[in-house]
Amino acid sequence: MTTAIRPYQAVFRARFNLLLQYRAAALAGFGTQCWWGAIKIMVLAAFFRGAGSTPMTLKQAIDYIWLAQALLTLLPWSVDPDVARMVRSGDVGYDRLRPLDTYGFWYARAVARRTATPLLRAIPMVLTAGVVLPVLGASDWALSPPAGWNAALLFTVSLVLVVALAAAVATLMEIITVAALSERGVNMIMGGVIIVFSGNLVPLPLLPDWLQPFLQLQPLAGLLDTPLRIYSAHLVGAAAVTALVRQVLWVLVLVGIGRVAMARVMARLQAQGG
Amino acid sequence: MNALRLYGRYVAVSWRAQMQYPGAFIATSIGAFGATVVDFIAIWALFARFRQIEGWRFHEIALFYGVVSVAFAVADALTRGFDIFGPQFVKTGDFDRLLVRPRSTVLQLMGYELRATRIGRLAQGMIAWGVGMHFSGIDWTWNAWATLLFAVAGGAALFCGILVLQATLAFWTVESLEIANTLTYGGVEAAQYPLDVYARWFRNFLIFVVPLGCVTYFPVAAALGRADRTGLPEWLLPLTPVFGFLFLAVALRVWRFGVRRYTSTGS
Amino acid sequence: MTASDIVVDSLTKSFHISERRAGALGAAVGLFQRRRRTIQALKGISFRLADGELLGLIGPNGAGKSTTIKILCGILEPTAGHCQVGGLVPWRERIRHVARIGAVFGQRTQLWWDLPVIESFELLRDIYRVPPDRYRTTIGALIAMLDIERLLDTPVRQLSLGQRMRCEIAAALLHEPRVLFLDEPTIGLDAVAKLAVRDFVKTLNRERGVTVILTTHDMHDVEALAERVIVIGNGSILADGSLSALRRGALAERRLLVHFAHDVERTEIPGATIRRWEGKGEGEGRSAELSFDPRVTSAHGLIAYITSKFDVEDVHLDEPPIEEVIARFYALHAIDG
Repeated sequence: MTTAIRPYQAVFRARFNLLLQYRAAALAGFGTQCWWGAIKIMVLAAFFRGAGSTPMTLKQAIDYIWLAQALLTLLPWSVDPDVARMVRSGDVGYDRLRPLDTYGFWYARAVARRTATPLLRAIPMVLTAGVVLPVLGASDWALSPPAGWNAALLFTVSLVLVVALAAAVATLMEIITVAALSERGVNMIMGGVIIVFSGNLVPLPLLPDWLQPFLQLQPLAGLLDTPLRIYSAHLVGAAAVTALVRQVLWVLVLVGIGRVAMARVMARLQAQGG
Repeated sequence: MNALRLYGRYVAVSWRAQMQYPGAFIATSIGAFGATVVDFIAIWALFARFRQIEGWRFHEIALFYGVVSVAFAVADALTRGFDIFGPQFVKTGDFDRLLVRPRSTVLQLMGYELRATRIGRLAQGMIAWGVGMHFSGIDWTWNAWATLLFAVAGGAALFCGILVLQATLAFWTVESLEIANTLTYGGVEAAQYPLDVYARWFRNFLIFVVPLGCVTYFPVAAALGRADRTGLPEWLLPLTPVFGFLFLAVALRVWRFGVRRYTSTGS
Repeated sequence: MTASDIVVDSLTKSFHISERRAGALGAAVGLFQRRRRTIQALKGISFRLADGELLGLIGPNGAGKSTTIKILCGILEPTAGHCQVGGLVPWRERIRHVARIGAVFGQRTQLWWDLPVIESFELLRDIYRVPPDRYRTTIGALIAMLDIERLLDTPVRQLSLGQRMRCEIAAALLHEPRVLFLDEPTIGLDAVAKLAVRDFVKTLNRERGVTVILTTHDMHDVEALAERVIVIGNGSILADGSLSALRRGALAERRLLVHFAHDVERTEIPGATIRRWEGKGEGEGRSAELSFDPRVTSAHGLIAYITSKFDVEDVHLDEPPIEEVIARFYALHAIDG
């Protein structure tokens, strides 16, 4: 068993190390993220001031927004530039030369990409929002700790599922890129779709009521909305577990679709000469 | 040939170069539209639920949003030369080529490319602007139009100033810092809403340090007949975009200082 | 002072380099404290160039050639010293000065990559504010002289290096500058292209009176073009004069190449040093290369001696390659200076 997963582990580790080197880039975006979070919160606070009943409290919304910023880099915003380059140069066929299951290989790579950088980005964000702000006397705007041990536990589980789900989405995007021979279309569409339907743009519960049933069922809710709502106890008990199950189901579905699509695309590539 | 006509030539050249790949141009423009219209969707969605923010209504926010979007789209289209200044000109030493020509470096950098794909953001900004004006029920006089157009001009000048300052940094550090992105994209984000929804210190920052408020909040509030919200006398408000131009003037001064440093240290 | 007299007086230029420290700890420290090193690129050089002269500026890499050119172009300010081109101080009146000079940088192009050549020319015409009728005359002459008529509609990126260089030169001259700076103009060109460029520059200088300053590593460029040569080494001028004077000063040496009719044994030749001796072999194989000091040994005498001693098929008298002369020159000055 260990020998079987070793190549995937190696891929994982190599990717992890490479991404740890992008520290500078990570640091540069931090200021922007703080700004973004601050603006969104101030705007929401102003909206809430004049409102009657709301689907979530302001405190929950604030936690949601800060965590959404912290976890930003987990999301599959765009196609992995290395893959895009490989597709454009025609080197994709080389992956078939390796004695690995191609989908598994790509999936491991996508998972690795979502473990190193996000960790580095999340920590300063969480520290600033959770610790620095209260110290500065702005506890009202700060990130609160999880709403209890249950919430914390389920949140952690949900986060792991986020990585699995995001990797599945990312791999699917890469496969589409190979099929389309270019990453441009995918990049154009996915950025906007993800920002809306994951809850990054506006916390999902705050979007119109008539959209809620759809929003809760669609796969991208599991990327941000589910863990963030669990965190601040907006989702508790059975509802929380249901949401987790939905995450798992979408992971399985997307991985399944991904495997099938990968096989079809690779077969077609081989037929065309790689 | 004076500077304006030369710039016109640069634009013609740049346009032809981009039109050589019409597919890519259309695709990128549509992508830009999609990426930016998402912000407007957020505003619409929030108003669908909350109806009003601190007494401001949807169409008013739409107008704030439209004005700042258009201003930034214009500035973004003009300043590609400054965007890539560090890696393309300083790092490679290609800036020498510009210095060997008997023209201002600013003119040559602006002439480097006119990013036509920014029409994506421009279009959605104009749509929001239109929506805002249409649903406001206000009788739009020449006066109000003049105020708004002056605001756009001042806003474009302000954003250009920010981008020129970012490019100037390249004279000192080889890596270009992303700080300006916070002020440009972040600025567009912040100016979508009237500044009185923000905390006092933030509002002051956006008026006195980076005069974003002077090119959006004040003039648009005046055009909307909401001068009372700003706490400033009504006659003053349409004139505040001048601070956008002043900001640009300061930025150009700093640029000249940077060029001086480049020629004395030889990078 | 005429429009393009160049006066350089005690030009000095120092650069401050921040040194990077090694290792992660060093990088962290480096954020707070920069170690600075001063490099003296120019140590007070002086020369005068009259209107219409053609100057070859040579020197090893890092000697200060590019720095000098940049200062003369006005894109670099000296630390000390004075310089005027046609009465203007280059870096102080950049725009006025730069309108009167042309520059070709061998490694870099000033043409627009994606545009047809003719459109680059037209854009430059507008940048340099050349009146349309003068432009037509000038560009017509340049196109004819450089033989680039067929290339005008081709995008620059599709040109070969030789073709591109001819277009670069045209571009540098279409505003009729009185001074032309050529920085490594023949680098990477094939033999035919090099000759074309050299011919053109010679004509430009001799017939049109354009002052030319040429920096190059190709000594044959210098030989073909420059009546006057300045050698820069280590930030100072090592020599300023004609190429033959330089040659005499550095390397009083001539070479004799002898081809033998039959196999010969290697023998010492009085008054000459053997550089190479191949006594046996077929055809061209039997040859020897000798060097001698013409001040000590006469060429005539040496040839007479050899033809009397050996069965000689052919002799060839030559000077050492110019590269050797220059290399010798650098070496001499490194030892002395």
